[in-house]
Amino acid sequence: MIANVPVPKDIPLSFPVDAVLLQGLLVVLFLAHILFVNFMVGGSILTLFAEIAGRKNKDLDRLAERIAATITVNKSLAVVLGVGPLLCINVLYTIHFYSANALTGNLWISIVPLVIVAFLLSYLHKYTWHRMENAKGWHIAIGSAATLLFLFVPLIFLTNINLMLFPGQWPEVKGFWSALFLPNVWPRYAHFIIACVAVTALFLLVYMTRKAYPVETTFENLDRAALRKGFYWVAFGATLVQFILGPLVFFTLPARGLTVAMVIVFCLGIALAIAAMITMGIELKSNRDRVGRLILPVIALIMTTGFCMGYGRHLYREGALAEHRFQIQSTSEDFARASAMLSKTAKLNLPEVPLGQQVFDNYCSACHDLESTISAPNLYEIAKLYAGNPQGIVKWTKSPEKKRTDLYPQGMPPQVLPEDQLIAVAEYMIETGNKAP
Amino acid sequence: MDFPLFHLDYAGNRMLIAFIAVVHVIVNHPMAVGAMPLVTLMEWWGWRRGDVRWDELARRILFACFIITTTVGALTGVGIWLSASLANPYAIGSLIRVFFWGWFTEWIIFCLEVGFILFYFLTWKTWSGKRKLMHIRIGLALSIFSWLTMAIIVAILGFMMDTGAWLENPSLIDGVLNPIYLPQLAFRTPFAMALAGLFALFLIFFFTKNNRKLRHRAVRFVSLWTLAWTPIYLLGAWWYWKSIPPNMIDNIPVALATQAFESWHTLVAWFIVFAVTVIVLVALWGVLTPKHLPRVALIVPMILCVILVGYFERVREFIRKPYVIEKYMYANGILVQDYPLLARDGVLQHASYTPVREITEENKIEAGRAMFVIACTRCHTVEGLNGVVDKLSSRFGNEPWPHEAVKNFLAKMHNSLTFMPPVPGTEKELDALTAYMLMLQTKPEHLRGAQDIGVDVPVDAAQDSTKPKEEQNVWQAMIAELQSP
Ligand code: HEC
Ligand code: HEC
Repeated sequence: MIANVPVPKDIPLSFPVDAVLLQGLLVVLFLAHILFVNFMVGGSILTLFAEIAGRKNKDLDRLAERIAATITVNKSLAVVLGVGPLLCINVLYTIHFYSANALTGNLWISIVPLVIVAFLLSYLHKYTWHRMENAKGWHIAIGSAATLLFLFVPLIFLTNINLMLFPGQWPEVKGFWSALFLPNVWPRYAHFIIACVAVTALFLLVYMTRKAYPVETTFENLDRAALRKGFYWVAFGATLVQFILGPLVFFTLPARGLTVAMVIVFCLGIALAIAAMITMGIELKSNRDRVGRLILPVIALIMTTGFCMGYGRHLYREGALAEHRFQIQSTSEDFARASAMLSKTAKLNLPEVPLGQQVFDNYCSACHDLESTISAPNLYEIAKLYAGNPQGIVKWTKSPEKKRTDLYPQGMPPQVLPEDQLIAVAEYMIETGNKAP
Repeated sequence: MDFPLFHLDYAGNRMLIAFIAVVHVIVNHPMAVGAMPLVTLMEWWGWRRGDVRWDELARRILFACFIITTTVGALTGVGIWLSASLANPYAIGSLIRVFFWGWFTEWIIFCLEVGFILFYFLTWKTWSGKRKLMHIRIGLALSIFSWLTMAIIVAILGFMMDTGAWLENPSLIDGVLNPIYLPQLAFRTPFAMALAGLFALFLIFFFTKNNRKLRHRAVRFVSLWTLAWTPIYLLGAWWYWKSIPPNMIDNIPVALATQAFESWHTLVAWFIVFAVTVIVLVALWGVLTPKHLPRVALIVPMILCVILVGYFERVREFIRKPYVIEKYMYANGILVQDYPLLARDGVLQHASYTPVREITEENKIEAGRAMFVIACTRCHTVEGLNGVVDKLSSRFGNEPWPHEAVKNFLAKMHNSLTFMPPVPGTEKELDALTAYMLMLQTKPEHLRGAQDIGVDVPVDAAQDSTKPKEEQNVWQAMIAELQSP
């Protein structure tokens, strides 16, 4: 057992579904979500580059505009599709996920305003493309601001998902910025961003060079083949970079979560990525009129690579948390058992005192005292005020007034009690208060 | 006890949720739930009369709704959840386990809703002529799904106010069939429709600058819509009020405004009456003489509505105190069932994050602070909104507070101030909490949450007190493996 690792107790409610099913759901839904996040982040990076390059080349500006048009749709899907996996994570990793969220709380909750601003900026960017033709610099500035936000938000998520895996680090972390520099965050982030570019390039290839897309009327010089080659180059280049970043991510992983199954899944992913690279290479070398015929295999290969990486990640997560989970489970069970036993045996053994005193002790003595007047009038005063008039106290207690506002600005809260208890306490107050010293 | 606790000492965590929730409702009730059927109706109306300009007006209203709901609306929806899990991870964690399939269904419907709105908006211009009728049907489907999204959320909120039969038999259906569900829905639905009318009225003025005639027709149309829903939401409000469990009614004055303003609650009630009257008057004006409807008249109901919705959501948020889940879990995240054990052993003994376990004279203040963080900070701050120093000052004055009186007060306050859970733990812990309160009177401090200062993990006797060894990464582990003989 590692010292100083917090072992919290889990919520004492069972899972709504079998854990394995939940995990399956998580992996699949998460991949669907991340696909659209890829399109959104990659789309805004590519838009920015194309628009900047487009200042000298009309076609690239058009291209940028067309890519921008896809972002606003993809981003909506990215958000809604994120809710499903978030639900699964909340159930499966309640303790780990919420702890990481709280420890990075400031930035975690800023996701909401940051994403809102990013989305509004990308609408603005899209819908002012023509109106701001003469203020291109400003228009690019809007696009850059949106892109920067789109680049930053995944970093917050990544930091959380990473922090949750290492409970041993929780006591060390002081806010988001310190969690940001835990091992593995940055390589993983770079790996993710480059993946966005590669995946989006392939998406655009399919989307913009399909038959129904008006390529001829949109661009002056670019045709389908040129677009295809261009997008292939981007995807190919980005995937090549992944062969450097991928190993970096792997070797900086804390060794604790490593399992054989996970390594096998990752290796499979790498093999598929190599196959994808080769296929893209063939496409790039083929003739203009033939480029694009292998797009389906390329996409299938890249998608399965993505699946392997996502699944491998999941296996790593399970491995890294296995021991901690076990500890949590036994602590939680001990606690629940002790609590259940006690709450069964613990009967309220009320002291044998008259009803009036009981009510007074429970409901009035928080504020009222025999002598002290610090938080409310004392019993002497009350007894004097209501001598021979317990009904008056009853009436007051149900609906107190604001009488001594300078002394007791908070006043007295009305008390909802059965009539017999009210009478009893009223009589008790008068009787006790009358025993003046 | 078992989560690092996020804490905002000025605004308070609840304010964060309340703020996000109110923005969400203000945006989504009129612009999603209410506006979609209104826009669809307008589209159908324009199509039947072959009125192209009317059609364009409807499209523009949709455009405004589309932009706002897919940004502010969608993100604040997720934000309620994120902020609630920061403010009370225990409650949200439990609710999601109980309601998993409810939330899951909600999510599927939400996905469909977003799909439909994207589709409806993006095909408005291309699906003309013969396909127009089909397009209108998409609008209808969208309206239904927007409403369904709300209907399921309301079920979950209703459940949190009254657990119904859930305690005996914790299952989803029992949660959904809780007694507040239908009344709440019966109020929200028509109210959202009426709000959409007001919102559309506001937009119509922007979009019809150059066409007075169109403006007048549209104003009359939309005013009629608002007016038609008014009696229905009034009935709904009445039913809703009747169905709130009685012990919550007692808390309503506190909820409408804080206790300090309790006597104002009649004022608030009058304000509501006033606001509804103004809404009805403006709508009537719009129906009778749309030409003369002045601009301010459009903004006034908007503002009133914002305040109304704000109050309404605030009531909902506050009246369920002291529980976050009725009779099962208190607002501090501690289960009702665990109180006896904590009273026997102590909260700090079982807490995962606390600087001390055993209380001594020296660490009393520290222990008291830990108690305050665990037992009170889900609702109180030290020096901000609902700040405990302020609260105690107005009860005990500005002279040094007497220890015994404050301690006695804290021990018993839950009986008479029924919106608060009892203080958990042992006598000694209560004493430490009191000592901390007394210290705050002389040396106020700004209490910082786990998001700024992290957490303390006590070193238990059973554990080794040395730090964990540096974790090896895969590379280091490989090197170590290779070097070992
Ligand atoms: C939370 C603190 C608190 C509690 C609990 C409380 N009181 Fe009071 N009570 C006050 C304060 C403060 C006043 C003075 C109010 C004023 O004069 O504005 C007061 C005044 C009174 C008075 C004097 C009324 C008068 O005419 O001046 C009576 C009688 C009284 N309380 C009865 C009760 C009874 C009975 C209970 C228990 C069932 C009770 N109180 C519980 C705070 C409290
Ligand atoms: C359910 C949320 C909740 C929790 C948990 C809670 N309180 Fe309160 N408390 C309130 C509310 C609401 C008020 C009334 C605010 C007002 O009057 O404006 C209040 C009022 C008070 C007051 C002033 C009471 C009076 O009328 O004189 C004190 C003192 C106080 N709380 C202390 C505490 C302490 C100490 C804890 C932790 C042991 C605690 N509270 C836990 C919600 C809570």
